[in-house]
Amino acid sequence: MSEITVRQSIQKGLVEALDADPNVFIMGEDIGDYGGAYAITSGFLEKYGPERIKDTPISEAAFIGAGIGSAAAGLKPIIELMSISFSLVAFDQIVNMAANIRYMSGGQINVPMVIRAPTGAGMQLGATHSQSFETWLCEVPGLKVVAPSNPSDALGLIRSSIKDPNPVIYAESAGLYGLKGDVSDKYYEIEIGKADVRTTGDDITLVSYGHGMPMLEKVAEELDSKGVSSEVIDLRSLSPMDYETVNKSVQKTGRALLLDTSRKTGGVMAELATSVQESSGDYLDGPLLRVGSEDVPWPYNRKLEQHAMSSVPKILKQIEIGYSL
Amino acid sequence: MEKIEYLDLYKKMYLIRHFEESCGENYSKGFIRGFLHLYIGEEAIAAGSIAPLREDDYIVTHYRDHGHAIARGLETGPLMAELFGKKTGVSGGKGGSMHLFDASKNFMGGHAIVGAQIPLAAGFALASQYKKKDSITVVYFGDGATNQGTFHETMNLASIWKLPILFFLENNFYGMGTSVEKIRANGKSFGNLAENYGMPSTVVDGMDVLAVKETTEEAIKKIRSGSGPAFIEATTFRYQGHSMADPAKYRTDKELDEWKEKDPLINFHKHLIDQGLATESDIEKVSKAADDDLNKAVKFATESPEPDLDDIKNDIYA
Repeated sequence: MSEITVRQSIQKGLVEALDADPNVFIMGEDIGDYGGAYAITSGFLEKYGPERIKDTPISEAAFIGAGIGSAAAGLKPIIELMSISFSLVAFDQIVNMAANIRYMSGGQINVPMVIRAPTGAGMQLGATHSQSFETWLCEVPGLKVVAPSNPSDALGLIRSSIKDPNPVIYAESAGLYGLKGDVSDKYYEIEIGKADVRTTGDDITLVSYGHGMPMLEKVAEELDSKGVSSEVIDLRSLSPMDYETVNKSVQKTGRALLLDTSRKTGGVMAELATSVQESSGDYLDGPLLRVGSEDVPWPYNRKLEQHAMSSVPKILKQIEIGYSL
Repeated sequence: MEKIEYLDLYKKMYLIRHFEESCGENYSKGFIRGFLHLYIGEEAIAAGSIAPLREDDYIVTHYRDHGHAIARGLETGPLMAELFGKKTGVSGGKGGSMHLFDASKNFMGGHAIVGAQIPLAAGFALASQYKKKDSITVVYFGDGATNQGTFHETMNLASIWKLPILFFLENNFYGMGTSVEKIRANGKSFGNLAENYGMPSTVVDGMDVLAVKETTEEAIKKIRSGSGPAFIEATTFRYQGHSMADPAKYRTDKELDEWKEKDPLINFHKHLIDQGLATESDIEKVSKAADDDLNKAVKFATESPEPDLDDIKNDIYA
């Protein structure tokens, strides 16, 4: 075991891939000379050279489109977006091209590509830099979407994402880059589409992903102090989503709270909630609970931003109202 | 050029035109549905510019894609079957007229968001460069696409990275029903667009198949030598409306008639005879072969099965 940060985990996965496969290359804005907006690719240009570490113009549609074409021609591009909000500029390429091209070509063309993108609010970056569009991308068949919450999953998922023959969106919680955790020194991958039961419990199922997970850990501690036992689940993969693991847990506990850190409307948990209602409705001892951030453009002011975000007190309050726990 | 090459160019153009006419008929009969954009009038561009390409070169095009597919040598049977929505279609009946693909011939679509194919094409060129191969990519787009950001972004990207790509503008002077004058700053010519990105550019008569071929050959030679991208603008005209749904009321009969004077097929036929490059009998022979090919294609499409319902979830993920 080694204790490393989420940032170091992602770096480790990228370095492994660059070392193992000459067809792997990285491109994005300021990933070379600058070292990456969040310093993920710091030192990469010196080590791997400009052919494999490509600084791009500020042209998201062009370089994501070029990534798709190069993947279809047999390369393995890993593309960094400075923010998942910037995916909007290239949404046509991601959705109409990367996701659709295999289907509309009758399965002739594969797009083995990874798009890494920081996501989430909490750093006072205002409305345009704080959004969580992994939620939108989950709707698109042809894409896979993963969102790690800790260093071990970050490494396991970057490995499996790079190995995957499909376009994978790897959503990195911008607030978690510095989070430390134990990572196995033995090689492992994490299967895309498998949730992780972080702690087992009997009274309530708590589900989230990414930077929702540190909140759920605190919620579980609070509940534990009241004698309530929580089963905490990290989705890790948003598309495909592991409905089975969540439903199995809810059928055991009879209660569930689903946490989105994105805006509540249209969040990932809305979809999960429907699945739980359909598959486990008869097992529920009360209403299915859901917490998400306020449906507002992200405000810059810290007090307002914090108020808009999902939080431990909001979750505890919801559980108290819903289940009197 | 050998006689057989001249005749092959003629045959390609003839086949494209008659394929398109057959599409129109089968659309009217209800065998082809959805949006159908015909290439009639523009045949010289696909035939002339694709003839000089190698098998390992990539082609990426827009939704008016039947002509490029035929010029690339995709079989007319599976092409027509695709338009009929059949399982035996080039894209398994899942793509339709606007999304024709044949990866085995490096024919990478058929793309229906205006200008979206341009960045994609740069990716194929990037792969050739990365793997140190001298294959190139040709990307086709219309005058309408030049107002998309993707066009400008990719012209810049290709130029700074010296990508082996030929930007091929098929200027038919109308983006759907809107004329070039109405939507373009700086008048009708597009050549200065390329100059702005430090790229060599040529304007060619897109109704003259030999001129298109020669111009493309010169551009390809430069690109293959590693000097970076090039730009060709071919002026042309589509005889039909934008799609089958378009009666083309935004333009005059006079304008259409003037372009028909320059008809690529009729004039090339005349050129072959006048210059003694082929005989009427030669031309009749290749035309007949194309007619037979097309009849078989329609029969194949008609008799082919539809996709199975189980196919609906296939081909989403690798």
